[in-house]
Amino acid sequence: MIRFENVSKWYPGGVADAVDNLSLFINEGEICVLVGSSGCGKTTTMKMINKLIEPSSGTIYLDGQNIETLDTLTLRLNIGYIIQEIGLFPHMTVAENVATIPVELGWKPLRIKARVEELLDLVDLDPRLFGRKKPRELNASQKLRVGIARALAANPMIMLMDEPFGALDPVARTRMQDEFLTIHQKIHKTIVLVTHDIDEAIRMGDRIAVMRNGRVLQFDTPREILSHPADPFVSELIGDRKALKLMNLISCAQLMHDVSEFRQTWNRDFKAGGTLPGASTIGMQATAQDALAEMFRTGERFLFVEDDSHQVQGVIELDDLFKSVSQGDDARKQ
Amino acid sequence: MDLVGFLASRWQAILQLTAEHLVIVVTAMAISVILGVVIGIAITFNRAAARIVLKFANLMMTIPSLALFALLIPVLGLGKASAIVGLVAYTQLPLIRTVYAGIMTIDSTIIVAARGMGLSDRTILFKIKVPLALPAVMAGIRTAAVMGIGIGAIAGYIGAGGLGVFIFQGINRTSDGMVLTGAIILSLIAILTDQVLGQVLGRVQRRFDP
Repeated sequence: MIRFENVSKWYPGGVADAVDNLSLFINEGEICVLVGSSGCGKTTTMKMINKLIEPSSGTIYLDGQNIETLDTLTLRLNIGYIIQEIGLFPHMTVAENVATIPVELGWKPLRIKARVEELLDLVDLDPRLFGRKKPRELNASQKLRVGIARALAANPMIMLMDEPFGALDPVARTRMQDEFLTIHQKIHKTIVLVTHDIDEAIRMGDRIAVMRNGRVLQFDTPREILSHPADPFVSELIGDRKALKLMNLISCAQLMHDVSEFRQTWNRDFKAGGTLPGASTIGMQATAQDALAEMFRTGERFLFVEDDSHQVQGVIELDDLFKSVSQGDDARKQ
Repeated sequence: MDLVGFLASRWQAILQLTAEHLVIVVTAMAISVILGVVIGIAITFNRAAARIVLKFANLMMTIPSLALFALLIPVLGLGKASAIVGLVAYTQLPLIRTVYAGIMTIDSTIIVAARGMGLSDRTILFKIKVPLALPAVMAGIRTAAVMGIGIGAIAGYIGAGGLGVFIFQGINRTSDGMVLTGAIILSLIAILTDQVLGQVLGRVQRRFDP
């Protein structure tokens, strides 16, 4: 979808924000997170995609087309753009803000109205309640929601997000991250997200590019970056409690194994449903970390995994959790 | 001659000079606002140009108004043309400066967002920058208009007519009634203009301020 080929950007008199011979391929529909400390070139990299910054050398392709050959405004109209401050137009209402690009594209008023309502619904803002409000009446989360709606208005293929959750307090941030992931499942855009927060990168990214001094140190899935950091800097960025972070990325569905095997080992009285009396259960979508918490709560070294209709699908033992995150254990890698 | 007596006997002249004064000031302000807004917007695109233009406008305002008019007389002669050109030159600074500041102080993230989403420079200027700068521009117009009404009195001195005529002639003839008539009407026009434009400004601010 987006391909960087030997792209460099240098600024006179300084290495800050420069990009050094970067090659990167971002797949369609994935969330690609560029992470690194300030000045590492992550924002520069992003801004070269919508031509807010011109590369000093190298080429960027969008769907196989060299973006230099594309009209700048047309290119930008097809790329949603969200910055940390959101930059809502303070003299326009929420609805007018969201309608900005459709108006620019000359859509018919009825179509615009319908689209605005659809988008506000998508970002969970009641159009009748929020449509006529001014940006100053919104809190940070609501501003971000409007920003997302505005960026999606003309149904762009790509969304660029520069520290979009940066202005939110920790509680609102986690909630908006989750909500955005839900929205992403509905809209399936190719997303490039810039952040300095490695936890956000792990949480949001399908793949993460860890950047430093204008270079990509490692470009891989969150799981791979956590379990096999390519570089001391990456390790340092990930910080401590690596194993716990990793456990957040593994679902119980991935970890569980067959109950019959378990039954033989333990040789205890099983109920008809397949579980032991009083044993606790957990959903398939729960993470390994949830499973660990649940085992610590019950004091048992195992728990059962059930599907949405409460049918037991498998069992997880404490050992499975150990194996899933221990260093050097490649067997469980997927 | 006392004030009441003067008003009663010379009301036709009073009306005529008031009208003349308004014509001079309104003409000058119309030109000045258009010129000031265009220049003020134009210089937001070039920092060096902005510095030069603002310095020049500042210079125009530093020249004592009477001297400015006097300097224009050899070029444009006595009369309305000199008065109007002088007023335009004199009121450029508050206009250019407020338009320029109004646009330059817009939160840069708004402009970054607008550019990033693919709006053209033209759309950004007319749909975002100008509306957002409007309260500041209105404040500039208010200052310039009140200034123009006052300085317009000097037009009487250079043969352009207007209420200044009463003041200067009144002083020459030591006629209190004449001086007071000119001064009071002039002040009333200035106060009224300030009040009306203040109202408009308030309305614009409520509509456009973030």
